[in-house]
Amino acid sequence: MNQDLRREREAASFNPELLTHVLDGSPENTRRRREIENLILNDPDFQHEDLNFLTRSQRYEVAVRKSANMVKKMREFGIADPKEIMWFKKIHLVNFVEPVGLNFSMFIPTLLNQGTTAQQEKWLHSSQGLQIIGTYAQTEMGHGTHLRGLETTATYDPETQKFILNSPTVTSIKWWPGGLGKTSNHAIVLAQLITKGKCYGLHAFIVPIREIGTHKPLPGITVGDIGPKFGYDEMDNGYLKMDNYRIPRENMLMKYAQVKPDGTYVKPVSNKLTYGTMVFVRSFLVGVAARSLSKACTIAIRYSAVRHQSEIKPGEPEPQILDFQTQQYKLFPLLATAYAFQFVGAYVKETYHRINEGIGQGDLSELPELHALVAGLKAFTSWTTNAAIEACRMACGGHGYSHCSGLPNIYVTFTPTCTFEGENTVMMLQTARFLMKSYDQVHSGKLVGGMVSYLNDLPTQRIQPRQVAVWPTVVDIDSPDSLTEAYKLRAARLVEIAAKNLQNEAIQRESKEVAWNLTSVDLVQASEAHCHYVAVKLFSEKLLKIQDKSVHAVLRNLCLLYCLYGISQKAGDFLQGSIMTESQITQVNQRIKELLTAIRPDAVALVDAFDFQDVTLGSVLGRYDGNVYENLFEWAKKSPLNKSEVHESYYKYLKPLQSKL
Amino acid sequence: MDSPVHRVSLGDTWSRRVHPDIASERFIQSFSVEQLTNILDGGAQNTALRRKVESIIHSDPEFSVKDNYFMTQNERYVAAVQKKFHLQIIAKRLGWSENSPELYYAYRALSGELALGLHTVFLKSLQSLGSEEQIAKWTLLCNEFRIIASYAQTELGHGTNLRGLETEATYDAATQEFVVHSPTLTATKWWPGDLGRSATHTLVQAQLICSGARQGMHAFIVPIRSLRDHTPLPGVTVGDIGPKMDYDHTDHGFLRLDHVRIPRENMLSRFAQVLPDGTYVKLGTQQTNYFSMVVVRVELLLGEIIPLLQKACVIAIRYSTIRRQSSIQPSDPEAKILDYQTQQQKLLPQLATAYAFHFLASNLLEFLHSSYDAIRNKDFSHLPELHALSAGIKAMTSDLCLQGSELCRRACGGHGYSKLSGLPSLVTRVTASCTYEGDNTVLYLQTARFLVKNFLQAHAIPGSTQKSLPPSVAYLTAPYLARCPAQKAADFLHPKLYTTAWAHVAARLIKESAHHLETLMQSGADWDKAWNQTTVIHLQTAKAHCYYISVKSFTETLEKLENKPAVQQVLKRLCDLYALHSILTNAADFLHDGFLSGAQVDAMRTGYLELLGLIRKDAILLTDAFDFTDPSLNSALGCYDGNVYERLFHWAQKSPTNTQGNPAYEKYLRPLLQSWKSKL
Repeated sequence: MNQDLRREREAASFNPELLTHVLDGSPENTRRRREIENLILNDPDFQHEDLNFLTRSQRYEVAVRKSANMVKKMREFGIADPKEIMWFKKIHLVNFVEPVGLNFSMFIPTLLNQGTTAQQEKWLHSSQGLQIIGTYAQTEMGHGTHLRGLETTATYDPETQKFILNSPTVTSIKWWPGGLGKTSNHAIVLAQLITKGKCYGLHAFIVPIREIGTHKPLPGITVGDIGPKFGYDEMDNGYLKMDNYRIPRENMLMKYAQVKPDGTYVKPVSNKLTYGTMVFVRSFLVGVAARSLSKACTIAIRYSAVRHQSEIKPGEPEPQILDFQTQQYKLFPLLATAYAFQFVGAYVKETYHRINEGIGQGDLSELPELHALVAGLKAFTSWTTNAAIEACRMACGGHGYSHCSGLPNIYVTFTPTCTFEGENTVMMLQTARFLMKSYDQVHSGKLVGGMVSYLNDLPTQRIQPRQVAVWPTVVDIDSPDSLTEAYKLRAARLVEIAAKNLQNEAIQRESKEVAWNLTSVDLVQASEAHCHYVAVKLFSEKLLKIQDKSVHAVLRNLCLLYCLYGISQKAGDFLQGSIMTESQITQVNQRIKELLTAIRPDAVALVDAFDFQDVTLGSVLGRYDGNVYENLFEWAKKSPLNKSEVHESYYKYLKPLQSKL
Repeated sequence: MDSPVHRVSLGDTWSRRVHPDIASERFIQSFSVEQLTNILDGGAQNTALRRKVESIIHSDPEFSVKDNYFMTQNERYVAAVQKKFHLQIIAKRLGWSENSPELYYAYRALSGELALGLHTVFLKSLQSLGSEEQIAKWTLLCNEFRIIASYAQTELGHGTNLRGLETEATYDAATQEFVVHSPTLTATKWWPGDLGRSATHTLVQAQLICSGARQGMHAFIVPIRSLRDHTPLPGVTVGDIGPKMDYDHTDHGFLRLDHVRIPRENMLSRFAQVLPDGTYVKLGTQQTNYFSMVVVRVELLLGEIIPLLQKACVIAIRYSTIRRQSSIQPSDPEAKILDYQTQQQKLLPQLATAYAFHFLASNLLEFLHSSYDAIRNKDFSHLPELHALSAGIKAMTSDLCLQGSELCRRACGGHGYSKLSGLPSLVTRVTASCTYEGDNTVLYLQTARFLVKNFLQAHAIPGSTQKSLPPSVAYLTAPYLARCPAQKAADFLHPKLYTTAWAHVAARLIKESAHHLETLMQSGADWDKAWNQTTVIHLQTAKAHCYYISVKSFTETLEKLENKPAVQQVLKRLCDLYALHSILTNAADFLHDGFLSGAQVDAMRTGYLELLGLIRKDAILLTDAFDFTDPSLNSALGCYDGNVYERLFHWAQKSPTNTQGNPAYEKYLRPLLQSWKSKL
């Protein structure tokens, strides 16, 4: 092991294993996760060449091979618990991309949620057994987050009892669905249902797209890959165009709405339930953000402990770059953020499961707040993580730009999270809508509960009896609880400003919708402040549950850093709202620097606690053993450009260039 | 509405008609786009010349970059070599000389997809660091491509800190040669462009050791590949460093030297010499070695970095007029996404930044040109200021261009993730500029060091301050203004007001930087230790100074446009937006000492949001004025005619994943499907 890393690990003030248990939820979870990881690492069927040296088609091929293997192995190993499936895939797929995956993550769940018992009987068995491979086609070339704008039509023909599917325009071509381009032979297509001359809005249809046996597109179907992307090389995101393509009436998913053989439309009872899948996916994405950022921090911090550069004092040996204050200032707030998001992710997951049980018993009361909260948190964590991964990459200097660092892959795989499953700005505005509703509710004299209960305490509204105690005058910058209060005040203030601006615009413009658009920058800001408050609150509350003293001490420092760094970044908000004074901000900045020094000795142990295997990190710079340079050189020698000593282009162009001029 | 001839050269069927949603944006022209283009080009004659070169390049199929997005690293390298080869032949035929504006415009038209770029960096370093004799000898060899040269500085274990490089050049007086050697693994040269596969020679930065003494970094011309068959010379291990985020067309390389001998004359000796007997003669200061880096940094701004943000703005803003989503009022049709305030707030400040940086970099380039000859003639009086400005501005420009282009990419939703949008390539190119040619953090700190030094100097010699301060920091002695006088939103739209505001904050932070440093030193720390413990504030200080410089340079540009009122008006709005956006994103710095009150910040925000609506009307014209050709944008989303969706569909169908069959089906999917069938 590299000497620097060995020293770092020996000097740590706590046992990272205990912190790993906290992150996994229990020692038992850690044990089982590692057991599964070892199953894969020791399995020769899962070995493959470094993806960085392969073309896109080759990478797709590897992914399909692994995807196919995975289905078989999971049965073999008896892995069925969703959490275990996730672990299995995490270690198995460096980039977490699998072309056959949409069959399991979207096709089957949609079938289960929206299909009748008869429909489930017909398709569930064959899709679970991969007789058919399904995907889910919603987004169109010209239409994304705004669902009602989709153009694909399904027109019912009572004579033949069939639906006629059409992509009437270029913009209506289905575009982006994963696994659609090359892999799947069926798709659940979202289309505008038209029957008896009337449009009834979006409904889901099971559409066969490729012939079983030959895999050729069926007549009336144009299907293919949408071409190269920023990342996700392994995934065949596809397009689908349908021309008068007929499917039987029974292929419309009819658990809720129905079309009778004669074309009569029967309305669904409630459509709130369709929220469920979206909330689930978004809450899952919060966890993805946490893990992606944790990986990036692991790589950047380990490399910064191995890399030596410049001199702090002339004549002294070059120090580890992690000893530079600027490097600590770049990385440690991100490390603190990674931990914050780990706890936010765990909270969202638990809450989802809790509320989902309620839904199962017909209790939908908590769904609106969860839906609003998860939308905002998905946007908040993914925006932050997106910038943070890139900051980690740049903190590794030039080598961060090479694929050997693994960081470009983490970035390009993560960044779509900002735009898919609901574009972030739109997500923030959904949260804002809930905040405005809650604000109005308080305004009309009703208390609100849950995470927005602080709106009850607004000075202008104050309907709580105990007025004096609620607004603390002095923020204690060494207390996570007191800092949480400060974030609460900031959120309350920005929600109120947005609400008032919205009211003013509404009076001036005489249209609520125009007013909404002209206030949307404020609204996004309010949502961000709300989400930031939630993250700070969850981190502070987590501290109470940590028993081990040394782990508690180090997490407390991280929590303080997370809170204070946020204040320093948004100091304008805290000053403008008179939540803190100028001299307090100066103290905050001073305290941040002290915390950097305090965290420094534990930095490597803190990333070790994330417990990523080298294979999962996929990084030469982030190796556990720290032997960076030797392995970097070995890695580069494998580059396709080094296959021959003199490159073909020399004979074709360089030699003639030298002689012709 | 037809497209101007010079715009459309993709030759597809849709470009004959312009999409009505973008045509309507060009209907009312509040200013002359052509006039603005001329200003950006530095004169109408330049615009004409540029378009002439572009038409030569784009009408030649050998220069097509259409298939770039579908190529492997290897294919892109070969294509870039082929283009460079072809361009040299054309340049020779048309008499375009090295360093001519024609070649500069050709590079722009090809978006830099050319190999052998470091050949030029070599020549520039030679110009700055070589003796007249050396310049004459090697320039000729380079210009005739008898050799292909690159520049090798960065090592596997060492980057921005030049003094930490380990490669050694030891002088052997007996044979009058230098022995160039990589003593450790970490001394391996790593990252130099053109080194992996192409170069025959490279300029190696190495520790000079002569007569037993180490003399620091010097530059040596080292032959690395045979001029006969291109194989590596004895003692040379050289190759490609493997796949990267981008720059696939450049063969970044590694180089290990095992006691390679080169003649004494191969050390560049404008500023230092080694005499035949091994005596070391110094002819310049320590800083001279940095001079070539300063030149490269300044030229990169307009040559590479800033156009990337400009293109990202063009693509994202054009697409935002074609893309419709949701409706603002329920009864309305779906709105152009550019009509959403949140979309304007994402894109228009980037557009303003793209303009601000163009003028900032032009002014810096002018400063470089005016001091270049003096420095080459060993008058170093401008070098510290030039160095500090170029470092800070390079850092700020690349940082904000990266943030901006990534924002533009994400503002295009899912399609921004497709390479066919052109945006991922812009982002991955601009992001490299944050770490190459000096890591940004280190560069900011160099600027901060200059600022603090000037501050301390100014205060050490009271009375003599005015004279000794370089122009860029003259504001340190400007009369103190405790509070901003603005009251209403409109009051903030004055160049003098916001320039003064930035000067106030920059001056306050410089003072604080110096104060923190001195406090630590008074409590016993030495300068270096105290410096490292205060770097976070120094970063903030350097950034504030760069904001001040950029705002000031934009306002100075406006002043020169008195005779073009319409263009001046539209640029003034951009300048206002740039300045207000920069103040609002750093509001805490202005609130900190009460220079701005909370109420003033609110008023400024109101003014800022109103500007968005005003600039929105001219947004497309402002992107047109950059005058990028469709092939140089190479974007399915950003073409002049706005036919986004047709082009996206058409381009996707050409992807190899669609044209070359699906081996994965035969190998894995089919057996997977069959295996379950057989069990049923």
